[in-house]
Amino acid sequence: MTTASAETPILEVRRISKRFARTPDFAERLAGMFGAKFDARVVHAVDDVSLAVKHGEVVGLVGESGCGKSTLGRMVAGIIPKSDGELYFEGAESAMWNAAQAQAAQLAVQIIFQDPMSSLNPRKRVRDIIGEAPLVHGMVARDAIADYVSDLMLKVGLDPGYKRRYPHQFSGGQRQRIGIARALAVKPRFLVCDEAVAALDVSIQAQVLNLFMDLKDAFNLTYLFISHDLGVVRHLSDRVAIMYLGRIVEMAPTTELYATPNHPYTRALLEEVPQVGTGKRIYSVVKGEIPSPLNPPPGCHFHPRCPHAMPKCAIEQPALKQVAPGRFSACHLNDQN
Amino acid sequence: MPDEALLTVRDLRTHFETRQGVVKAVDGVSLDVRRGEILGLVGESGSGKSITGFSILGLLDAPGRIVGGSIRFKGEELVGASPERMRALRGREIAMVFQDPMMTLNPVLRIDTQIIEAIQVHERISTRAARARASAALQRVGIPSPDERLQAYPHQFSGGMRQRVAIAIALLHRPALVIADEPTTALDVTIQAQIIFEMQKLCAESGTALIWITHDLAVIDGMGDRVCVMYAGRIVESGAVRDVISSPAHPYARGLIDSIPSRNERGKRLSQIPGAPPTPFSLPQGCPFRPRCGRADAACLEVPQETTLRGERRVRCFHPLEESV
Repeated sequence: MTTASAETPILEVRRISKRFARTPDFAERLAGMFGAKFDARVVHAVDDVSLAVKHGEVVGLVGESGCGKSTLGRMVAGIIPKSDGELYFEGAESAMWNAAQAQAAQLAVQIIFQDPMSSLNPRKRVRDIIGEAPLVHGMVARDAIADYVSDLMLKVGLDPGYKRRYPHQFSGGQRQRIGIARALAVKPRFLVCDEAVAALDVSIQAQVLNLFMDLKDAFNLTYLFISHDLGVVRHLSDRVAIMYLGRIVEMAPTTELYATPNHPYTRALLEEVPQVGTGKRIYSVVKGEIPSPLNPPPGCHFHPRCPHAMPKCAIEQPALKQVAPGRFSACHLNDQN
Repeated sequence: MPDEALLTVRDLRTHFETRQGVVKAVDGVSLDVRRGEILGLVGESGSGKSITGFSILGLLDAPGRIVGGSIRFKGEELVGASPERMRALRGREIAMVFQDPMMTLNPVLRIDTQIIEAIQVHERISTRAARARASAALQRVGIPSPDERLQAYPHQFSGGMRQRVAIAIALLHRPALVIADEPTTALDVTIQAQIIFEMQKLCAESGTALIWITHDLAVIDGMGDRVCVMYAGRIVESGAVRDVISSPAHPYARGLIDSIPSRNERGKRLSQIPGAPPTPFSLPQGCPFRPRCGRADAACLEVPQETTLRGERRVRCFHPLEESV
């Protein structure tokens, strides 16, 4: 086992995939015994994705609904198992972990969800929500837990006087802070933020984003920031990966991606985000719908909607290739010139 | 007269009497909508923007009721109008598009049944002719092969397509006014752009005025003519979209615009409004924004009245920001 050097990414996935298949129910199994065919449709939620995150980096993961960004986040956080591929934490592959390493990796990677109301147990008091995990894992002694929880609440901007309250007694922004404090309680080094500000009002969203930036410095954290909001991701991230139907189509440092998007999908996304300060305008429109992940188009998934599609795009899947130092894009257009 | 007001709301008050007390969801809202105009109604959750829309349509559920003010549509007073009269207006003269089209379309009826019913409620017309109109309506909102799609059920449509169907139904009778309540909030970015594009085009074609209720200032900036910013049941600032967004006069509007990530330098702390919006049961004395406001002083313990800065620019604040005056 090698020790993690500064160059080793804190977290890396290589060619990771997640397939969801419907399991046959009783009647279908019975019919199957008599030779009936079972309609085993498989959703390729995440399809052969590779991504490495360096220590202290913020990587934004952007995509529309159904593109697999949350599934990827959950696999990274260890909530759902991967179907294929390799997951490394500080250079150690997950298949090689012993029990102690597995637990350490589980605790070091925490996740913050979109809707704090459905991710906080409504029947538990805040002090138990935040304090339970560190107590169970023996990180904090039982007599020190009260101070530990108070300290965490202060750090995320909550009044420790409220620790006997239940989640429903808080506003949306405060509830999200409880979710953040709960994640921080087990001293993680890597946070997956899955649409963590999407449910919040604009003025509250700014407060929580500021909190994320403060905590990153205070706790020396690394983020995988999943969002559909390009403005939020641009503000926070060092690097951005754009996903479309289970695949990363473009990945680049934030400023470069926003200044000169390479992939036609990225370009379309950036053009169509309503932005304050543009004034009245006519929206250019990407034709068509997001295809169903049950039945994705062959070749490049984006080709039915792409203004530059060529015959090749419908047949061959473009690989994610380096187009400039640090910039990756999966588009056949890059091969032409 | 192109400038004639289509809808005039004056001092509208919609309250909900609950066991915990009276919730003043809308507390003195005045606004005008002209023919063919797009008016943005912006606010955070609980600011009363949706209830304002429901009040205009007479769609309030008990215990909510209009306790004061007036709503005049084409010169006709709607507050206190009979349910029959409101039913005749709704769908024909004033239509609504909601956030979640799955909630507005009946899941057990085919699309054609629902559209034909909406046509025949307001017009004596044969089912065959109504079906042709339904097909044309779907075509107009950009649904491919409309004749086949008419036979489908709502769950067979994607979210964006369902919203198109809802818009097609709203525009069936070429209403003078459409109230759209967060119609693109549940949709993805590329689909949102499609819907905004269709709405812009259709309203321009048919001269329909639009009240677009949203929490997203960026959407209004891209499509609206005028904007009203709501906070705690009142309009705190209104005016032409360009003016309000480039130089907001109310400290709340300023804070809202400044806290948008793309307006801030990348990686720097976002400017934020401190605190949280008040709950309807704990409204502070005087100006409801006072506890979060950097400019508040003793004068703000009184409720500020709406004042005109210049032209159409109106603000409800004792200390409006200077540069915009």
